[in-house]
Amino acid sequence: MFVDVRNLSKHFAPTGFSRGPTVRAVEDVSFGIPRGKVVGLVGESGSGKTTIGRSVLRLIEPTSGEVRIDGTDIRVLSAAELRKARQRMQYVFQDPYASLSPRMTIGQILTEGMDIQKLGTKADRRRKAAEVLALVEMPEDALNRYPHEFSGGQRQRIGLARALALEPEFIVADEPVSALDVSIQAQVINLMRDLQLRLGLTMLFISHDLAVVEYICDTVVVLYLGRVMEIAPAADLYAHPQHPYTRALLSAIPSPDPEKRKQRQILTGDIPSPSSPPSGCVFRTRCPMAASECAVVNPAMKSAGEGHFYACLRV
Amino acid sequence: MTARSAGPIRRAAQRFAMNRQALLGLAILAPILTCVVTYDLWWGFGPNDIDLLSINRGPTAAHPMGSDGVGRDVLARLMQGGRTSLMVAVISVAISTAIGFLVGAFAAFGGKFADAGLMRFVDLAMTLPPVIFLLVLASIAGTGIGPTIIVIALLSWPVLSRMVRARLLELRERDFVVAAKGMGAGVPHLLLRHGLPNCIDIIVVYATLQVANAILLEAGLSFLGLGIAPPESSWGNMLNAARSGTVLEQYPWQWMFPGGALVVTVLAINFIGDGLRDAFDPRSGLN
Repeated sequence: MFVDVRNLSKHFAPTGFSRGPTVRAVEDVSFGIPRGKVVGLVGESGSGKTTIGRSVLRLIEPTSGEVRIDGTDIRVLSAAELRKARQRMQYVFQDPYASLSPRMTIGQILTEGMDIQKLGTKADRRRKAAEVLALVEMPEDALNRYPHEFSGGQRQRIGLARALALEPEFIVADEPVSALDVSIQAQVINLMRDLQLRLGLTMLFISHDLAVVEYICDTVVVLYLGRVMEIAPAADLYAHPQHPYTRALLSAIPSPDPEKRKQRQILTGDIPSPSSPPSGCVFRTRCPMAASECAVVNPAMKSAGEGHFYACLRV
Repeated sequence: MTARSAGPIRRAAQRFAMNRQALLGLAILAPILTCVVTYDLWWGFGPNDIDLLSINRGPTAAHPMGSDGVGRDVLARLMQGGRTSLMVAVISVAISTAIGFLVGAFAAFGGKFADAGLMRFVDLAMTLPPVIFLLVLASIAGTGIGPTIIVIALLSWPVLSRMVRARLLELRERDFVVAAKGMGAGVPHLLLRHGLPNCIDIIVVYATLQVANAILLEAGLSFLGLGIAPPESSWGNMLNAARSGTVLEQYPWQWMFPGGALVVTVLAINFIGDGLRDAFDPRSGLN
C-alpha cells in the first residue's frame, strides 16, 4: 500500500477555559491506497470525511493511529522533515473561492509551493507554473490575473494546478466539485480522472456524491459518524452493497427508472452527535434492521469477497 | 505576456481617487507638506533668527505671520514646528505600527501561551490612563524629540496589535493559508506572504489616523511643557508660548497660525484616513 492508514482517530477535546464534551470525529479508521489508485471516502455531513483527509496529510494532528505514506509514518516526522515531505502530498480544497488568496496573481499562487520548497530558479518556477496551467486547460495569460477574475470551475482548476505544481505523488481531494454547477462538475471530474491516470497519481477522493465517486474511484470507503461501515472495490460496492447504510445511500441516488424509485429506502432523522455516539453499532438509531444486540455489540469487520468488508451484525 | 491586471491595492487606489473628501484632504495636506519640508530653501528667516526691530509685531510684508515676543518670525517657526510635529508623528507611528504588528503576529502564530501572555500585557497597556501614563513616561524619558517619539510610540500600539491578531487568527484558518502550510510553509512565509498583505488595509488606515492623533498628542505634551522644549519649535510649544493672557488677547497671530495649522493638518489627515478605509473596504460605502 502506498498510503496506509491504521486505526486513525481524531478527537476534539475542549481546550483552555471552554467546557463541553469531547467530539469523537474519527474513530479507529483503517484503509489503504495502492500506488496509482483512487480511494473514495463517502458519507453524509458530519461523518468525518474532511477530518480524515486533513489528518492523513497532518494538516491537523490525529489523536492516535498511524498514517504511512510510502512506508514512512508521517506522524513521527520532525517539523523540518514534514515540511520537506509535504512536497509529495497535496490537498485540493472544496471551496474554490476560499482556497486562493485574493491578493496574489495566479502566477504567484502557482509558484508559491516551489518558493516554499526552494525548487529551481525563478524562471524555472514560472515555466512550471505555465506548464501546470496548461495541464488544467487554462490559458497562459491567466498567470498575470487575480482569482476574482475567474469562475468557480476555473478557480477549482487553478487549485488543482497549484497542487500539481509540486509534482506530488499523493493528492487528497476534499469534495473538489461539490461547490460547482453540475455542468462544470463533469468537466472538472473528467479533468481530474484524466490527470490522475496520466500522471499516475495516488488519490484520496472525498465526496458525498456517490455518482461522482463511482466514476473516479477504484475503492470506496463508506463512513458513518467517523467509523468505517463498509469498504469495497467500487464496482462491487454498487453491485452488492452489504451494509444497510450503504444500501440506503445507494438507493438515494436519483434514478430515471420509476420501478426503482418505489423501492427507495429513505433514512429518517439526522446523524447523531459525535460527542455522544450511540452504544454498540453507531448506525442502529437509524437502521431499518436494528435489533437489541446492535445496542450492545460493536460490530467487527466481516468479509464479503475480495477486498470487500463491512461492519454489521445483522447482514 | 499580457500586462498584469489590477490587483486589490490598485483597485483600492482607484476607489480612493473617486472619493472627493479624501481628495480634498490630499489637496490640503500636499501643499502643507511641501512647504514644511522645503521652507528653508525659499524663506529668508530661520526659526531662531531674532529680529530686534520687530518684537510682538503683527503681520507685515517682512513677517507675513507676524513675530513673537523675542522677535522671531512666526512663519519660519510654524514651518519648522510643522517639520518637527510631522516628523515626531510619522516616526512614532512607524515604531508603534511595527510593535503593534509584531505583537499581534506573535500572539496569533506563537501558540496558546504566547497569545494569552501577550494579550494580558496588551490589556494592561490599554488600561493605563493615557494622560497620566504620558506624564509619567515623559517625566522619566525627559523632553526633546527622541523621548517624545518614544513616549507617543509606546502609548499607541496596543489597539493595532489587537486588530492585527484578530485578522491573523481569522486568516490562519482560511483555506489558502492551510494550503500554504500544506505546501510546507513556515511561520515567516505565512507572515510575509499572507499575513502582511492581508493586514495592509488595517495598517495603512490605522497609521494614517494615528499620525493625526500623534500630532495632537505631541501638541498636548508640548503644551504641557513635556514634549518638545524651546528653542526647538513645534506646533504644540508655539501654542504653549502663547498661553499668557496678554499674548492671547493682544498678539493673536502668535497662536492663531499654529493652532490653525494644527487643526487643518489633522483634519486633512483624518479625511485621507477615512478615504483609505472606504477604499480598502468597498462594502463600507454600501450601508
